[in-house]
Amino acid sequence: MLEQVFRDEWGRVLAGLIGFLGDFDLAEEAAQEAFAAAAERWPRDGAPANPRAWLMATARNRAIDRIRRDRTLAAKTRLLEKPTVVGGDVDPESRRLEETTIPDERLELLFTCCHPALALDAQVALTLRALGGLSTEEIAHAFLVPEATMTKRLVRAKNKIRAAGIPFRVPPAHLLPDRLAAVLAVVYLIFNEGYGGRGELAAEASRLGRALAELMPDEPEAHGLLALMLLNDARRDARFANGTVVRLRDQDRSLWDVGQIEEGRRALDRALALGGGGPYILQAAIAALHVDEPHDWPQIAALYAELARLTGSPVVELNRAAAIAEAGDAQAALTLVEELDLDQYHYLHATRAELLRRLDRPGEAEAAYERALELVRSDPERRFLEERLAELRG
Amino acid sequence: MKYMLLIHQGDTPTPYSPEEWGRLSEEEQKAVYDAYRAINETPGVSSGVQMQPPETATTVRVQDGKTLTTDGPFVSVKEALGGYLFFEADDLDAAIELASRIPAASMGGAIEVRPIAEY
Repeated sequence: MLEQVFRDEWGRVLAGLIGFLGDFDLAEEAAQEAFAAAAERWPRDGAPANPRAWLMATARNRAIDRIRRDRTLAAKTRLLEKPTVVGGDVDPESRRLEETTIPDERLELLFTCCHPALALDAQVALTLRALGGLSTEEIAHAFLVPEATMTKRLVRAKNKIRAAGIPFRVPPAHLLPDRLAAVLAVVYLIFNEGYGGRGELAAEASRLGRALAELMPDEPEAHGLLALMLLNDARRDARFANGTVVRLRDQDRSLWDVGQIEEGRRALDRALALGGGGPYILQAAIAALHVDEPHDWPQIAALYAELARLTGSPVVELNRAAAIAEAGDAQAALTLVEELDLDQYHYLHATRAELLRRLDRPGEAEAAYERALELVRSDPERRFLEERLAELRG
Repeated sequence: MKYMLLIHQGDTPTPYSPEEWGRLSEEEQKAVYDAYRAINETPGVSSGVQMQPPETATTVRVQDGKTLTTDGPFVSVKEALGGYLFFEADDLDAAIELASRIPAASMGGAIEVRPIAEY
């Protein structure tokens, strides 16, 4: 219960503190102290009526105490340069804080964490730490790097934010399209890290996606990304069985999360109602068609064609080929696949193998499966390919 | 915040290499001069200096008390600094915006934006 409150409030409280203090580290330390104080007091004295305001006021007081104790620290922060929100006396201010709504500055924080002047891996780590409230240890574990490496990455990123003057704000209109694309890309990257099996990252990405859609209610792609993640993640439990990847058509539909599919469809409807047609919306529309029965393969192929036009991605073309095959034209699909420059990509060879099998060319299909097996890295995918190859030989 | 913008010319044609510079039309040459003028007139910019090309550089090292000189810049000619300016701005976004208007950024070179240490 307490942990849930902490997960929900961490990003809001930290964002508000950074906005107030102008210093990431100081804000983080103060937030940590406030959450620790809450963990100690709330179970004993009961939770306050407004937990967020309590955490915020406590953290602000701790930060101000710290600044007063250590004046040299003040020189390093922007606090004293800014017209201070706090008056001379702290206590009346924190009382007032209880009564007024705290501005939600998570969006500012998100744009800071995903600033293109930071390396992508740092953007990802910082977003999970600052908005998701994951510990450094958890992030290190999720990305399979030593904790010391992740600590260094986070420290370096926070130093750069301060030293290089990366702004804490929602970018102005002329920068917004590029910067929003960067934020969406970071959230989607987190989701994809989770899609391969580490479910906690997929869940975290969905939480970030929900927050983003709520904070930018008029941005179609924010709803598109949320829809895409929800629709794909809804099938998580059905995607693996006995350590093997299960094809969509073989999945046990009773394992699908119906509520999440509905939420995904609503997000997609909202994105479309806003007039969006960007890459996340197209992918979400495809994902929505994938949970329909029977599949409208010609429509799926058409959406992939539009997505390929937008992104120029050969991987999208490969998916389009698969949809064309499902729509009934394996020969056209094979022609398309053989034009793609994706020799190192195991899905290309796996798709080609399946098409050759359907076209009754078993010898070539076998060779293509063998090539796919040379390239595949994940064990569930490998087992799947081995089963297909055994079928073919059987 | 105060930033130093380090201009790396890279493959950018400059008047120091008349042959390449001559391949630009008169209009293009004028556009380069106009852009630099606009940069220097931007509030917050204190114009730095334009350097002679890196081929004219001499690099100095002292080893065992002996001064050693080598011909050319410390880094390779292509990576060498071509000029710099200072910019007083609110934040990194403003400095990036200014950097993107420096002709070298779009003509084969790049601009490095470095915050200045303040104590």
